[in-house]
Amino acid sequence: MIGQRNSTAWVVSKHVLISGIAFVMLYPILWMLGSSFKPGHMIFTETWFWPQEWNWQNYMNGWSGIQGNPFSRFLTNSVVLSLGAVLGNVISCSMAAYAFARLNFRFKAICFGLMLMTIMLPHHVTLIPQYILFNHLEWVNTYLPLVVPKWLATDAFFIFLMVQFFRGLPKELDEAATIDGCGPVKIYTQIIIPLAFPALVTTMIFTFLWTWDDFFSQLIYLSDVSKYTVPLGLRLFLDSSSQSDWGPTFAMSVLSLVPCFIVFIVCQKYFVEGIATSGLKG
Amino acid sequence: MTTSQVSQARIERVTTRRVKRRYAHNGAALLFLAPWLVGLLFLTLGPMLVSLYISFTDYSILAAPSWVGLDNYTTMFTSDKLFTQSLKVTFTYVAVSVPVKLIFALLVALLLNKGIRGLGIYRTVYYIPTLLGGSVAIAMLWRKMLGGDGLLNSVLAMVGIKAPDWVANPKYALYSIVLLSVWQFGSSMIIFLAGLKQIPPEYDEASAVDGAGPLRRFFYITLPILSPVIFFNLVMQLITSFQSFTQAFVISNGSGGPVNSTLMYSLYLYKKGFSFFQMGYASAMAWVLVILIGVFTLLVFRSSKLWVHYEDGGKS
Repeated sequence: MIGQRNSTAWVVSKHVLISGIAFVMLYPILWMLGSSFKPGHMIFTETWFWPQEWNWQNYMNGWSGIQGNPFSRFLTNSVVLSLGAVLGNVISCSMAAYAFARLNFRFKAICFGLMLMTIMLPHHVTLIPQYILFNHLEWVNTYLPLVVPKWLATDAFFIFLMVQFFRGLPKELDEAATIDGCGPVKIYTQIIIPLAFPALVTTMIFTFLWTWDDFFSQLIYLSDVSKYTVPLGLRLFLDSSSQSDWGPTFAMSVLSLVPCFIVFIVCQKYFVEGIATSGLKG
Repeated sequence: MTTSQVSQARIERVTTRRVKRRYAHNGAALLFLAPWLVGLLFLTLGPMLVSLYISFTDYSILAAPSWVGLDNYTTMFTSDKLFTQSLKVTFTYVAVSVPVKLIFALLVALLLNKGIRGLGIYRTVYYIPTLLGGSVAIAMLWRKMLGGDGLLNSVLAMVGIKAPDWVANPKYALYSIVLLSVWQFGSSMIIFLAGLKQIPPEYDEASAVDGAGPLRRFFYITLPILSPVIFFNLVMQLITSFQSFTQAFVISNGSGGPVNSTLMYSLYLYKKGFSFFQMGYASAMAWVLVILIGVFTLLVFRSSKLWVHYEDGGKS
């Protein structure tokens, strides 16, 4: 930059501004974190996030659960559901993407067009017929309606993301492998998949986060409290919380965010790249 | 064989070879596309047709659908006050939250763009609300934070302002959700940052030498070069904002209240379909949403010719 904008005063005030905004932005989360350690009656009387004394009672109460279901059950359910969705999305979307990016076949253009169209389509349109279908199959109140669609590559956005990535890999690899006698299956498993690691990780991260937070579908399809996932479990807490009972709710909210944080921190590099290059919404 | 026959035969041979190569992988492609094809037929295209059909019927899941023609659609636009209300709420939400969010994201991206030490840390911090934002936990936090005795009002009380219960007041409830959405500007910001990084610094320097001030440089250089990124962010945010659900659901406890002031379109659709089991009506609402989003996206695409500048003149 030119001239006086590089002066110390400018740099300092810029940093103050940026960290000021950052602090205001993070404050709600810090406040929730702090509140989860405060006794119930202190939560709404103290504005500063730091608890005067730390107590773990909220966590113990919250962990013991609600309506006879320990919180660990909601967590386990969410983990199982998310893992099923992540695996399904990565496998089925990468398969379709491989076909679109590397194979020549009849009706390719039409198929590709249909795939792009489904990205733009609001899920509300298929919501009710899908519900009716799953209801007929007697899948309602199981995890099947939440997991099976992921194994059938219905999140076309990820197909598109991987097509873009696969196209960037050198075609010579496929050709060399073909000369060596490899068929498409071998090329896909031995060459494309190992090279596509960043695209696969991006898909996995976002599938995990979106499934973990997907309140809408879980609300529609799950009705037994014992099958509830974390978002539904939290809502149960919210409904039953009296004014003095906010501690356990906040404590379990904090716990519910921990997996997202871990994924974020472990995969930070892919995360930012994934958003910047593909425009994924977080 | 005459020469023309020879060349004819050669042409045929070459074309068959080309066709063969063009469709060389029909079998393999079918294998790789099988899951997607099944999903497309049974979970997308099939349901779309069914949804279109159901939208012309009265259907409660318990009994067979009965044909009512355009009734659902006419009811929506002529006598259903809640439908009109949900449209109003959604339009207000989109019209306020999308521009504010994008402007804020752009301003922060500009601040972070040049010569900031610890960019990685700031980027992370600013992204955290977006990362967690879709969760029930955050919506719940928001409801409590902006409530009558919540965090915001305690802070305001310290400086002597007596504020209302934001979430329970029909005048402000929707704006508390708007605020929650703006707070999650992280992913737009990261995309803006990536766009800003691609502007060659020479442009800026050259015009600075020519005597253009920072504001002029921003409006005449940065903004036009960034316009494709702005366009992209705008389309993405429009599409997702029209479909917002979780935040309004949790903050209003599933009711869309107070006094339907937060009755977003998706929330009303959910209530119609899954609380009142008016599946026909809900399906019709879904199609109206598709058309709405389609029209808005089209308008943005059309208008983009006027304000989006591509380096190659828009040929690609």
